[in-house]
Amino acid sequence: MTAALVAPAAAWLVVFLVLPFVAMLVFAFGERAPEGGYQPAFTFAQFANLPTRATAFWNTLMLAPAGALLCLLVAYPTAYYLAVKANPRFRLILVSLVVVPFWTSLLVRTYAWMYILGSRGIPNLLSMIGIEDVRLLNTPGAVLLGIVYGYLPLMIMPIYVSLEKLDRRLLEASADLGAKPASTFFGVTLPLSLPGVMTGVALVTILLLGEYLIPQLLGGGKVFFIGNALVDLFLQSRNWPFGSAIAVTLVAVVVVVLMVAMRIAWKVAGTRQVDLV
Amino acid sequence: MTKWYRENAPITAVKLADELMRLKRGSVTRRHFLGVTGLGFATAVLARQPGLFNSTAFAGDLGSQMSIATWPNYHDPATFEAFTAATGVAVEVNVFGSNEEMLAKLQAGGTGWDLFVPTNYTISTYAKLGLIDELDMSQLPNYDPSTQNARFTHEGMVDGKTYAVPKNWGTTGIAVNSSKIKAPVSSWKDFFEVAMTEADGRTMVHDYQLTTIGNALVSLGYSFNSIKSDELAKAEELLIRVKPHLYAINSDYQPAMRATDAWMTMCWTNDGAQLNRDMPEIAYVLGKDGGEIWTDFYAIPKSAANKPAGYALLNYLMAPENAVKEHIANGAPTTDSRVLKLLPEEVTSNKIVYPDEASLTPLEFGAAVTLTDPGRAELMARFKAA
Repeated sequence: MTAALVAPAAAWLVVFLVLPFVAMLVFAFGERAPEGGYQPAFTFAQFANLPTRATAFWNTLMLAPAGALLCLLVAYPTAYYLAVKANPRFRLILVSLVVVPFWTSLLVRTYAWMYILGSRGIPNLLSMIGIEDVRLLNTPGAVLLGIVYGYLPLMIMPIYVSLEKLDRRLLEASADLGAKPASTFFGVTLPLSLPGVMTGVALVTILLLGEYLIPQLLGGGKVFFIGNALVDLFLQSRNWPFGSAIAVTLVAVVVVVLMVAMRIAWKVAGTRQVDLV
Repeated sequence: MTKWYRENAPITAVKLADELMRLKRGSVTRRHFLGVTGLGFATAVLARQPGLFNSTAFAGDLGSQMSIATWPNYHDPATFEAFTAATGVAVEVNVFGSNEEMLAKLQAGGTGWDLFVPTNYTISTYAKLGLIDELDMSQLPNYDPSTQNARFTHEGMVDGKTYAVPKNWGTTGIAVNSSKIKAPVSSWKDFFEVAMTEADGRTMVHDYQLTTIGNALVSLGYSFNSIKSDELAKAEELLIRVKPHLYAINSDYQPAMRATDAWMTMCWTNDGAQLNRDMPEIAYVLGKDGGEIWTDFYAIPKSAANKPAGYALLNYLMAPENAVKEHIANGAPTTDSRVLKLLPEEVTSNKIVYPDEASLTPLEFGAAVTLTDPGRAELMARFKAA
């Protein structure tokens, strides 16, 4: 019975996760055919070539956690408001509003930002009040803005969930025992919401490790991330083996990030159950 | 040069749709958008009811369905509707963002395309990989080699055999906003110098190694197609020196040029003509030191499911009276003197679309090896990561 229930999910994982990954591994040890694509071989040349994309890996490994932390700074107060402060009657509507942007493709929303930040957008409004020649588009700031905008809901939701199930009596107990609001927050609320925070940070970090669209569109393609390297290798130079080797390495990096994140989460959350993945 | 086509015609629903496509095209450049988003397999079935238009003359031979792979906004949709009305064959249109993507799909097999539109430098690769056949010219009576400009047809020949016939040609030049940049820009050497001075922070280069590295090579006096390591090293040195001064590395340059966020960019013919049409201060110049000239071709995949229909559509498109509508719709220059005669004067007198012969002399066709050279791919990666 259990086997029958698990079968569809297992089949799905095998067909869409395991098999593609095996194909990628096989490709990663192959060679690029002279006209591009893949030809069978067994070589470590692709992995030996990884240092040529060291900058891309470095940029990605810096951007992903930085973007996730920035997201966290914006998301936590929002989630706190939604879960604790907001009028319960409107809570559902407010939570829905956080999710609604997901109904439109991230690509389209990012294009919208290109027009908002371009010189006919905000800089044009600023010039009306005498602030001239402001450049927003194709700057690192625009990339960070796009990332926070794009990934914010993914950070808000897990934090919201962990704050919402917070036992209010603990806060009352803390206040009864003489704690000021600030120390109640740092001593009770924040630690109890950490599982949600860690889930959000891990989720956003992992997605950011593969991000290439936002740097491309809002950063002017001048900063090279591992996602951009992959797109170029598959869609421009058609070097599938090297692209596969990078993709395999990226998967390995994601696994390491996840394990580190879980370990930290376990540590800070003490003995409590951590619902990270 | 405003509203240079169909000036006197009242607008019809089809033309309105055409205008909307144009508007859309103005803000998002075709190949890049698809390339960067991977939306290459976006498919539009233009005529879903072939039975409605079945004509007895062809129906038996041609089947009821065929498929073409091409670039976005590259055809007049009315052309396919008319073809369906004449033959009963419905045309499915698949649009792609890059030659590489097309090649990958065809290599993987099972595309079902009966006709597709590769660019000159990929033809020999397709032929070598056995993905396309020599064309059976007896099935293309409307194609007349004697009215074709030989400059554009020879890229479709491999070992003296015709594997592909030209659709239209074009150039890769410089679009420069003359109201912002006063320094003269007439060569790629000027382009890179102005990019670091007057157009500092306002210049765009393609996110495409073929043109970005090629034009950097040209500015240094080398061939657009060079794969010599010492010449590439000098081009790399130049590109990395220019990079901090660039506005963006992006082949989707129309939005930035229109918003005057960018003042100068590497630019393809069609985009140059559109930018100039809507903003006359944006000039389109060809490098007097060289650059790229290109031709997009029609070819028939070896794996085509419905070759008779592929040939029928190709033959239909080669008829000057049909081709002229295609050229008016997509704006790129024709290779066929019969079509040239039919085109309105406003189109053929546009120097962006039909430049003087002399200005084309220094230009080079991209070579197959230029596109596939691993050294150039790695150079581009280092440039973008720098």
